[in-house]
Parts: sequence; C-alpha cells; structure tokens
Amino acid sequence: MTKVGQPPKLIVRGKRLDGRAPDQLRPIKIKAGVVPNAAGSAELSIGDTHVIVAVYGPREVVPRHLARPDRVYLECIYDMTTFSTSDRNRPGPSRRSREISKVTAEALGPAIFLEHYPKTELDVYIEVINASAGTRTAAITASAVALADAGIEMRDLVCSIAAGKIDGQLVLDLFEPEDNFGQADLPISIMPRTGEITLLQMDGDLTKEELKKLLAMNQKACQEIYKKQKAALKEKYEVKK
Amino acid sequence: MRTLKDYITSLLTEGCREDGRSLLEYRPITIEVNPIPKANGSARVKIGATEVLVGVKLDVGEPFPDTPDSGVLIVNAELIPLASPEFEPGPPKEEAIELARIVDRTIRESGMIDLEKLCIKKKEKVWMVFVDIYPLNDEGNLFDAGVLGAIVALRNAKMPKYDKKEEVVLHKELTTEKLPLQATPILNTFCKLNGVLFVDATTRERKASECRLSIATKANGHICAMQKGEFGSFTADEILRLVDLAIEKGKELRQLIK
Repeated sequence: MTKVGQPPKLIVRGKRLDGRAPDQLRPIKIKAGVVPNAAGSAELSIGDTHVIVAVYGPREVVPRHLARPDRVYLECIYDMTTFSTSDRNRPGPSRRSREISKVTAEALGPAIFLEHYPKTELDVYIEVINASAGTRTAAITASAVALADAGIEMRDLVCSIAAGKIDGQLVLDLFEPEDNFGQADLPISIMPRTGEITLLQMDGDLTKEELKKLLAMNQKACQEIYKKQKAALKEKYEVKK
Repeated sequence: MRTLKDYITSLLTEGCREDGRSLLEYRPITIEVNPIPKANGSARVKIGATEVLVGVKLDVGEPFPDTPDSGVLIVNAELIPLASPEFEPGPPKEEAIELARIVDRTIRESGMIDLEKLCIKKKEKVWMVFVDIYPLNDEGNLFDAGVLGAIVALRNAKMPKYDKKEEVVLHKELTTEKLPLQATPILNTFCKLNGVLFVDATTRERKASECRLSIATKANGHICAMQKGEFGSFTADEILRLVDLAIEKGKELRQLIK
C-alpha cells in the first residue's frame, strides 16, 4: 500500500533522502539557559526539529493534594505551537501530547533524586516550535539539560534518540519522510553513564535481531548526544578567561 | 516599610529606571525573521529579556456570513507556562485573551491585510490567516512585542499552494506569493506611575504602575487602535501627549522592520 506523498524509495544508492549515512545523526545544536524567568532552560535543534524547555521549581505544589510527603511531584508538559506542523495544530493538549508528557516524566524521573525535594513540585515545560520527526526524543534530551541548568540534583543526564527501519534497512534518527513512511520507529532514552534505558517505545515491525541492532545504534548515538549536552552546560557555566 | 512600588516610584520621579533607561526609551530590540520552517511566516522578537515567537499559518475555509467575500483573520495568544512562573497551563485566561485581541485590533483596524483579496470563491472559500503568539519569556510589554512579531511574521509569510480543481491547500508546497498587505501598524504601550509616563515597562514596573495605555499608529501618523488597562486613570492631556509620543516611537520601531 502506498500512502499519499510517499517517495518511491527512502534509500537511494546507500544514502538516505537527506544525504545521511544509515547511522548518522542530523546536525544537533544545544544551548543552555535561554529562558531567563525559568530556574533552568535549554533550546535544542536536531535537523528541522526545534524545541525549547523551561524548568520551574522546586516550588509549592498546586493543587496541594498532589504533594508527596517523600518526594517531589514531577510534572512534564509537552506542547506544540500551532505553527510547528504543516497543517495548523490546534492549541491545547491532545491525546498524543498527554501521552508524550507522561512518558517524558517517566524518562527523566529515574535520573533525578526525586526524594531530595519532598512536598514540592518540579515543572518541566516543553514547547515544540518546529516539528520534523523526533520531537519527543529532542524534548527529553533538552529537558535533561534544562534540569541540570536549574541545579536539580541528578544521578546522570538523560539522552534520547530514535532509530528505525526504512526500506528494510536499519537507520538512526529518522527525519520526516522516514518517520511517515518507514517500517519501524524505536525511540529510547538512556542514562549515559550506565546505559540504563528510561524510555522505550516502538511501533512497526521488527525482528528480535533488528531490535538488538537498533538498541545498540541508539546507545552509541546517545553517547554522542551526551557530549553535546555536557558541552552546552559547560558553555554556560565555564569561567571564561 | 519600603515597597517595590515606592522604590520604582522614587526612581521614575527622578526620571530614572532600574535598568538605567530613560523614561521614553525601549530596551534593545532584536528581530529574527522566519525562524520556523513549518510556519508560513514567523518572527522571534526580543525586547530586552522579553521574548515572543509569532507564527502565521494560512489555510482555506468558509468566510463569515456577514463578510462573504473577505478573508478571515484569527489572532490567538498562548501564555505558555514555559515563559513565566505566573503563567499556568490550561485554557487561555483573561490576560491571553486581551493580548490576542489587542494584536488583532491593531492589525485589523490598520487595514494591514487586504482581506478582500483573500477571497477565492464568494460565500464559499476564502483564505484564513492564523496569527499565533507564544511568549518565550515574559519580562513585561508582551503587547508591543506581540504586535511587532505579528507584523514581521505577516510581512514575511508565503502563501501555500492551492489546488483549485481539488479545492485543497497543499501545505507542504509554499509559493513565492506574499499576503496582500497595505499598512504597517506599530503598537506602543505606556505606563503611568505617580503622574510619570514611561514606555516599555518591565514586569516589575508594570506591577508598580497604576495604569497603561496602548496606542497603535500607522506610518501616516493616524491612530488605528487604543486600549487602556488596569485600575488607574489618565487625564485627557496625558492621553494627547501619549498619542504624540506613540507617533514618534512608532516611527522609531517601524525603522526596525525592513
């Protein structure tokens, strides 16, 4: 079955439609500290996907009954601007954005010493300003930088990327046509020091062998992303002579 | 006890501000044009630490029954909690609605967009112009920043392709055609505290102020929209003085738009 707008091939002479090799990331830019009002913030672009994240707190919990006696209440909100997609995106939460908000909190939570901030709330606000595949992974990677920028006590950063299958071949970091017309998509996030996986979603069709290869591909790419995250934090905090 | 209001008042009375500006001086303004590839037009505007992102989306829809041969302009503002500890998630509140309506009136009343040229088929199909404003950091004066962003985004918007046979918009195919524009309104917002009038208030200055007046002017010096806000009051003389100032400041800001 061919869908509307589907290109005949996603890989031509070993190269992807945007010219990348199968295991090559799109260009990534990360900047820490872009929202002065927030405790911490980060801006990240990977190819045409562009997100901004701001962290507020730890602060008073509203409404109060959500407060936990033993740990912080971590709230992540993933939102897309109306003009971030080809067709105008209706403002406000959708089923998709609510699910992403939830898995994002669960991807970041393991890296945070949640128990160090009892009875408080920590808010991670994510705004996708241009969407071109891989927005949730971009959001998680940027959120980790924003949390570190806010001085939140963490076990590790969290790095996130997706890999998938297109035209039967395994590739890293799907871009838009690959995301729309590929055969499988596997976004994950890891804590880079230990390699522990904190987000894992998958849709499409994969064999166990393929899954193993994709996980390895993702793990390797996350180490590359980890370097960029650290560089962004150093760029903001390093004392310049 | 000396409050924030006392402090700001004493500074303003001496003609000074916390950040060293004069009373009628804007903070540094920077404008980034079309940063969002998926939008038809966009702008990222900074006024000091205040930052807004404005995107324009074009679509085809039905005209309103009372204007069957006119395009539709819809302005919306989302005060996302990312931009300020005072913004909460959820449906738009008063503040967001006022921001959207002030930007809407500034654009609409100036006649900036020639809406009649956006008619495709009378009573059936017209272009809809969506202007969406997202503050990224609120450090005061979102109104002026919002209008500036909207103006720049509209001026740089490109129409998507419209397939007349199938009557569908091909959102992924942009043409080089621009929106039919005919004016460049600018909004200037002034605040008043203890009889002192000043422009481009920061959040702290706004909170200390008694009231504000926003004035939209066109290049020919005509006024196209005004709005007073907050609980204080202005004298007629003050309003006339602010109109003169708005015309002057409008010229200044218009020069930033190419």
